[in-house]
Amino acid sequence: MAQRVAIIGFGQTRHRSRRDDVNGVELIQEAVRAALEDADLTLDQIDAMIIGNMDHFEGVNYVDTWSVDGTGAYMKPLLKLTTGGTTGTTLGIAGYHFVASGLFDTVLVVGWEKNSESDTTGAIITCSDPIFDRFSFSGALPGLAVEASAYMKAYGITQEDAARVTVRDRRHGANNPYAHLRTPVTVEEVMNSPMLSWPVKLLDICPRTDGAAAVIFAGERKARRLAPQPAWVIATSVRHDYAYFHDIDYTRMHTIEGAAKELYQYVGIKEPLKELDVIELYQPYSFAGLKWIEALGLCPPGESPRLLWDGVTDMGGELPINPSGGVICTNCIGATGLLRIGEAALQVMGRAEGRQVPNVNLALATGFGGAFWSDMMLLGRRPW
Amino acid sequence: MKKTELLFLKEDVDIPYNWAAGRYGSLFLTRLRDEGKFIGNRCPSCGKVYLPPRVVCGPCFTPPEEIVELGDTGTLVSYSVVNYPFIDPETGSRRPIPYTLGYIRLDGCDTYLSHFVDETDPAKLTPGLRVKAVFRPREERTGRLQDVLHFKIVD
Repeated sequence: MAQRVAIIGFGQTRHRSRRDDVNGVELIQEAVRAALEDADLTLDQIDAMIIGNMDHFEGVNYVDTWSVDGTGAYMKPLLKLTTGGTTGTTLGIAGYHFVASGLFDTVLVVGWEKNSESDTTGAIITCSDPIFDRFSFSGALPGLAVEASAYMKAYGITQEDAARVTVRDRRHGANNPYAHLRTPVTVEEVMNSPMLSWPVKLLDICPRTDGAAAVIFAGERKARRLAPQPAWVIATSVRHDYAYFHDIDYTRMHTIEGAAKELYQYVGIKEPLKELDVIELYQPYSFAGLKWIEALGLCPPGESPRLLWDGVTDMGGELPINPSGGVICTNCIGATGLLRIGEAALQVMGRAEGRQVPNVNLALATGFGGAFWSDMMLLGRRPW
Repeated sequence: MKKTELLFLKEDVDIPYNWAAGRYGSLFLTRLRDEGKFIGNRCPSCGKVYLPPRVVCGPCFTPPEEIVELGDTGTLVSYSVVNYPFIDPETGSRRPIPYTLGYIRLDGCDTYLSHFVDETDPAKLTPGLRVKAVFRPREERTGRLQDVLHFKIVD
């Protein structure tokens, strides 16, 4: 009964720091409508739906039921999934599982967030253990900054090296009409931006965004019939390590290493820098654009700054990263991982317009969240 | 549609919770409160010493039953000087800034302790520094990790 699966549609809102003109349900329906239009489908042709966000940001803890008008899931199978930052990639991987099982033939998954409705850091702190982590845990930003300070010390990485990552993503984001931040910045501007959590400055970190994304997965026969060029799901991988933030080994990014290894072995990729055509990396801050591409095996530990400064990961480089502008430009958290998958799918379909990388055969989308957890989905022009 | 006045409805009510610390967590916190001592526990399978002590070693899925006494000194593994405002869900108000979040590996332990370091100058901080716990006076301790005021640099 198992079947191959492809992405046949992707829709997203125009992302903003706040969307006061809509409530969450109304925001969700914008993305659902856009995905249906993109795939040229009607709601009747959707067999099941999966929705996700980080519910403590909006304080609505029954999102599956509450959002039915917006998803269009009235009288359909509907599941809610939430795994923190990885919510969006979890949604995509679950959509793939649903269709791959053969039990459903078309599944629409939707991720969303209205970050403007609460104090993002305060809400994130409630993800941590209430007795042993919460009094000192300081949200995503310092949670990442501790990784950066350990990484800088271990490999002699500079704040300027990290700034170059922001410069790339902000330049790319200018090509993406949906991105929240669309103005390029310079290394100097990043270096002069306010120090929020040493060594992470304002322009090193992702914004908080209101937005939603929806992706439609279809079984092989339907995908071939409905899409001129489907984005085939070749493989997915997931790695979780610890629950307590203070248990993590900050010297390495074990979950990316593990997830990438599984994916590469499955497909037979030996030199990811040469064999992958584009990456949509869930990179919530600039330093991750260095350390985490080392964990992806693009270069040995400590050598990523060279790839950045040489333009290897820029548009036109050997392996462009984040043509969409990535998380540094747009971060509607429950949708962020799904945006990586949707944008990677557009690259494979050849429909990424002003942000298209030429001749994409293999596109990697990643997710990050929890206590340094990693998800991956590899999409390709041909089914595996 | 005609331009509409856009409204927001405010919610600022606290809902209290009571979290169980569990048998190992309670043992850890009572020793911290009564004796000013840290304890961990060791996994018999991989040998890793955990702080706080816990009912299971995740990777081995084995109960680490052996209790291990740890020192009050350790090594700063990583840190960040936090300097942006946010609401602390512990208090419902802004957490005072700047402060330094530190991950500390206590001597004899394999995992880290997430706590504060009483130095906010990044130039004076680096991974590898030796640090020591500063406890609140016994009469102020209530059986929580905040019974340790912060860690201070000792070298």
